[in-house]
Amino acid sequence: MPDPSFLLIQSLSGLTYAMFLFLIASGLSLIFGILRVLNFAHGSFYMLGAYLTYQFVSYFINNPTGFWIAVLFSSIAIALLGGLIERLFLSRLYIREELNQLLFTYALVLILGDLAKIVWGTGQLSIPRPQILKGAVKIMDQYFPEYNIFIICLGFGIAFFFWIILNRTRWGRIIRAAALDREMLNALGVNVTKLFTVVFIIGSWLAGLGGALVAPIAAIVPGMDVEIIINVFIVVVIGGLGSFWGTLLGALVLGQVISFGILILPRLAIVFIYILMTIVLITRPWGLLGKPLSR
Amino acid sequence: MGPFGKTIIPLTMLKREKFIIILTALLALLPLSQSRFYIFLGTDILIMGLFAMSLNLLLGYTGLVSFGHAAYFGIGAYTCALLMKKAGIIFPLAFIGAMVAGVLGALIIGFFCVRLTKIYFAMLTLAFSQIVWAIVFKWNSLTGGDTGLIGIDFPAYLDSSVRFYYFTLVVVAVSLGLLQRIVNSPFGRILTTIRENPERTEFIGVNVKLYQLIAFMISGLFAAISGALFGIFNHSLFPDLLYWPQSAEVLIMSLLGGIYSFFGPLVGATIILYMRMLVTSYTQYWPFIMGTILAFLLFFFPGGIVGFLREKKVFKWLK
Repeated sequence: MPDPSFLLIQSLSGLTYAMFLFLIASGLSLIFGILRVLNFAHGSFYMLGAYLTYQFVSYFINNPTGFWIAVLFSSIAIALLGGLIERLFLSRLYIREELNQLLFTYALVLILGDLAKIVWGTGQLSIPRPQILKGAVKIMDQYFPEYNIFIICLGFGIAFFFWIILNRTRWGRIIRAAALDREMLNALGVNVTKLFTVVFIIGSWLAGLGGALVAPIAAIVPGMDVEIIINVFIVVVIGGLGSFWGTLLGALVLGQVISFGILILPRLAIVFIYILMTIVLITRPWGLLGKPLSR
Repeated sequence: MGPFGKTIIPLTMLKREKFIIILTALLALLPLSQSRFYIFLGTDILIMGLFAMSLNLLLGYTGLVSFGHAAYFGIGAYTCALLMKKAGIIFPLAFIGAMVAGVLGALIIGFFCVRLTKIYFAMLTLAFSQIVWAIVFKWNSLTGGDTGLIGIDFPAYLDSSVRFYYFTLVVVAVSLGLLQRIVNSPFGRILTTIRENPERTEFIGVNVKLYQLIAFMISGLFAAISGALFGIFNHSLFPDLLYWPQSAEVLIMSLLGGIYSFFGPLVGATIILYMRMLVTSYTQYWPFIMGTILAFLLFFFPGGIVGFLREKKVFKWLK
């Protein structure tokens, strides 16, 4: 039996990763819930968020709050990029079969992935952690980085914030209604076209934010788009596509499985994750906390 | 079958079979060019074309979007290569072994997948193919893992690129002949009926899931054949072959050519591979170009290239 403090640290780092998964997956899940588009490019938005943060940080290198400005700018830039793509291209494909939308977002993966390589090269980039969160906290004789604690708090904060918006505001009610029946919502006088764009912008912003925040603790490399999107797919499949709580649950499960799986059975961890995803899909295709799609 | 079976089917069968024979005869002349480049490219196109056409039996004919087709390609490739390399089994038997493995893999995976519909079907096929990928990737002692399986030799009697080209041509031509018989048989017609409306097909007393599963297995069989050819052709195998972008690429090939035409995926594979050969000699950013082509295609040629030509009545003179 390993040291309990070690187990705690391990589960906390799993929790940190889960928060990133949650941020990105909730955007994907939101977009799928409303637009019924499975956005492969969501991982690319995450990657671009990280690259843009690197870029902005290098502009504000002497500013102590430079990192935070960079996070703000890059996540907003990604939100705008998402809005632009939805308005100019994706919206024209809604009348087509689902496969067309899926393949268009895959085309974006290819295009954006290479654009990032053209602009930032194929090397590994990194940025330092922000000044005020440089330290580490002592938890039962082990040290845990302050930045990770910040991420865990922020993740739960954002989950709470979105829950309030979804359940306690007029916008939230409209979004939930759109997930159930968009034709009816349109007939009731809500501008569904605009709603789709807004939802896509919010979803993209979440992906961009995830990328921006992961920049100080992960290597910024080409290929991080394809790697994250598959993990995020697992999260939403386990939790339930379009389900808010399901996404949180899926992220927490996957975060712990990755964190401990690598420790216990490094070879089989990755296989185990896919088997888990398969079992959920076979027994409950709409996910643990999701609802079956009516259409 | 009723009047349909007697009039229309034999005609299209004859025409397509004639076309396959003419095409094969023309392609048989390719080695006369003496160009190693074209023989190499031709072999590659034939293999990937067969792979794309195997997918299209599900995609275009049955209306099932499989997002994990690389699994059967990979199962075929690794089974054939491992049987030859590790078990020392002669090539023809290893080749048959790959076919059996492809069908069995498709049977097991398809058994679960056909229970789901639409996006859930696509995701489950993806999940299963990722399991296969993860096993190949992690089972170092058997598959070589990340470093790959290197040094798969041609069997002695196929040990030249021209000979292997002819072998591939024969295998692919026979496979195409079989595939077109399948899609024009009463069985194939029912697959198309399922594509158009699974509920109504169920109402007229067809066991839809069983038909879909059989289509899945046939598709897996031909994907495994193309995979087995691919492994020997390349002399080496890497787990990347089974990773999900590979499944996406073969989907793109099918879509580019046109999923509602028999030869569409072959046309798509030809265009993609030829362009990749051209583009990669100038720039490393082939994915960028392919993404742009794909996006362009989705907006302007939704029926694929063959669909577009058909709409413009280019094939009228053939009739």
